[in-house]
Amino acid sequence: MAKSLVNTLGEIFGDKLIACDKAFGEVTIEVAKDDLSDVAKELRDHDDLKFEQLIDLTVVDYMTYGQDEWATTEATGTGFGRAREATSSPVHQEWQRERFAVVYHLLSIIHNRRIRVKCFVKENRPMLPSVVNVWNSANWYEREAFDLFGILFEGHPDLRRILTDYGFIGHPFRKDFPLIGNVELRYDAKQKRCVYEPVSIEPRVLVPRVIRKEKDPTIYVSSPEQGGKRG
Amino acid sequence: MAEIRNYTINFGPQHPAAHGVLRLILEMDGETVVRADPHVGLLHRATEKLAESKPFNQSIGYMDRLDYVSMMCNEHSYVLAIEKLMGIKPPERAQYIRVMFSEITRILNHLMWLGAHALDIGAMTVFLYAFRERETLMDCYEAVSGARMHATYFRPGGVYRDLPDEMPQYKVSPFTSEQKAEELNANRQGSMLDFIWDFTETFPQRVDEYEALLTENRIWKQRTVGIGVVSPERALQLGFSGPMLRGSGIAWDLRKKQPYEVYDRMDFDIPIGKTGDCYDRYLVRIEEMRQSNKIIRQCVQWLCENPGPIMLENHKVTPPDRETMKHDMESLIHHFKLFTEGYCVPEGEVYAAVEHPKGEFGVYLVSDGANKPYRVKIRAAGFAHLSAMNEMAAGHMLADVVAIIGTQDIVFGEIDR
Repeated sequence: MAKSLVNTLGEIFGDKLIACDKAFGEVTIEVAKDDLSDVAKELRDHDDLKFEQLIDLTVVDYMTYGQDEWATTEATGTGFGRAREATSSPVHQEWQRERFAVVYHLLSIIHNRRIRVKCFVKENRPMLPSVVNVWNSANWYEREAFDLFGILFEGHPDLRRILTDYGFIGHPFRKDFPLIGNVELRYDAKQKRCVYEPVSIEPRVLVPRVIRKEKDPTIYVSSPEQGGKRG
Repeated sequence: MAEIRNYTINFGPQHPAAHGVLRLILEMDGETVVRADPHVGLLHRATEKLAESKPFNQSIGYMDRLDYVSMMCNEHSYVLAIEKLMGIKPPERAQYIRVMFSEITRILNHLMWLGAHALDIGAMTVFLYAFRERETLMDCYEAVSGARMHATYFRPGGVYRDLPDEMPQYKVSPFTSEQKAEELNANRQGSMLDFIWDFTETFPQRVDEYEALLTENRIWKQRTVGIGVVSPERALQLGFSGPMLRGSGIAWDLRKKQPYEVYDRMDFDIPIGKTGDCYDRYLVRIEEMRQSNKIIRQCVQWLCENPGPIMLENHKVTPPDRETMKHDMESLIHHFKLFTEGYCVPEGEVYAAVEHPKGEFGVYLVSDGANKPYRVKIRAAGFAHLSAMNEMAAGHMLADVVAIIGTQDIVFGEIDR
């Protein structure tokens, strides 16, 4: 089924597809942002596609992709110093492409299929056309993407912040936004109002991020028959 | 002539019918809603960002707290995403246990929804009845995981523990007399499966009780029939899923159409509505409770007959049991590595969705090969539903807004994440 979907997509979109592959049983296509509006309409309306539902719209910030916080190949005397800010460590693989990817998950109820559409946008001008006119459910998802990642959607009817506080500064889900945030809120009894102050806690990492390349990639792959008795 | 202007009112976030922390700005023309603008995010905890800073297993507990009335279903989606990336499949018994608890969770959720929805519209009794049954099911949660709500029971590779052979008993106390304790313990003499079986025996009659209070109730029908009508085309456009989509007459259920775990072996029906109003969605959810009851019974029967492993024996992913750790060096190392560093998940991206009581609950997981997810995106059904609030409420009276909030089955844990 999904095999034929890859072929169908190739026939319909041709050069517009920058990439089209199938992994983990899921089809992912990548399009340029200039083609996005046309591709979206075609995905919804073409008889062989009919992706009439936008299930999800999200953004991935690839800024620190493939970087870990603790790279060792041998035992060390000091280990990983917890309760401190992670220092940057050698990068295994530098992310070569644009920083942000906007990811659309579509569902076709008629054909019972899913597809993922990716569209990369540049860091200095993170703007792409809105799909609210194609799928109305995109409205809040695009507001969320704007709020959390600062992606701008051209043609969106009402691009406001949605999840963060009124008057919030910054885009918190970007990888360069600290996990502990920049400001903290408390009630000031003297002024009789809530005040914002710079955060007073120290950032810390309890478990370092590590990337271990298994020599044998099939190490996790096992069937239920191999499961032993437990519990 | 006096100038007539629309009036803007603030509904919530401290309104009892706002189901948590919904702040609605309503533009009113007299008592009619012209525009509804929900302000969400008051419960935003950045779950997705927190999950990026923790090893995979440590975020399972966060998933419980998303939709805090259907805890295990949230875990289910997250765990399925991890399993899909790693290419592992839990043992059959674990899959049955997961299905059984998913359905228990569905009943828990629908009871909460039914009680709260009826209470909002003015029927107090249903709320009390619904909580009586919820108590029994929460005891099941507690017996199996130790927690009444936030279970953290589903794990990549299976479930954390096997079902207990005995249920905890009520003790005699100043609040519980000997006779009362005996009464309460009457159905707790066997194993947990017997206890659940006993529940499923009586539950359909309990649903009849709720229906006797509501289905033909004149006030209930006046408040729900023809309110918040959504056509099938609009339901698709607005990204509806679950009972909201089925209430509009689209027979779509992931348990049937894209079955996961052992749902393809289960015998159950998908109820759908006709007109897509609040009353239809009420009928759909009531019938779903009956169907869930049916699925639970099938699971209990299978589980009684088929003992077996409930977690993979692959100690790169699942912890070894404590006994072997005492004498086996390898197990000790596995245990240490698993609980300090966690496991590294192969590079890739997956989307795993389950039929959550509220709709499609999905987790989009991106891994760069580390022991922590690179990006987790939670697709919450309620988010799409609430975004349609403006369209559903426009033209209705102020009191109907309460009915529409109720019918959407809003829980802010999952909407604000």
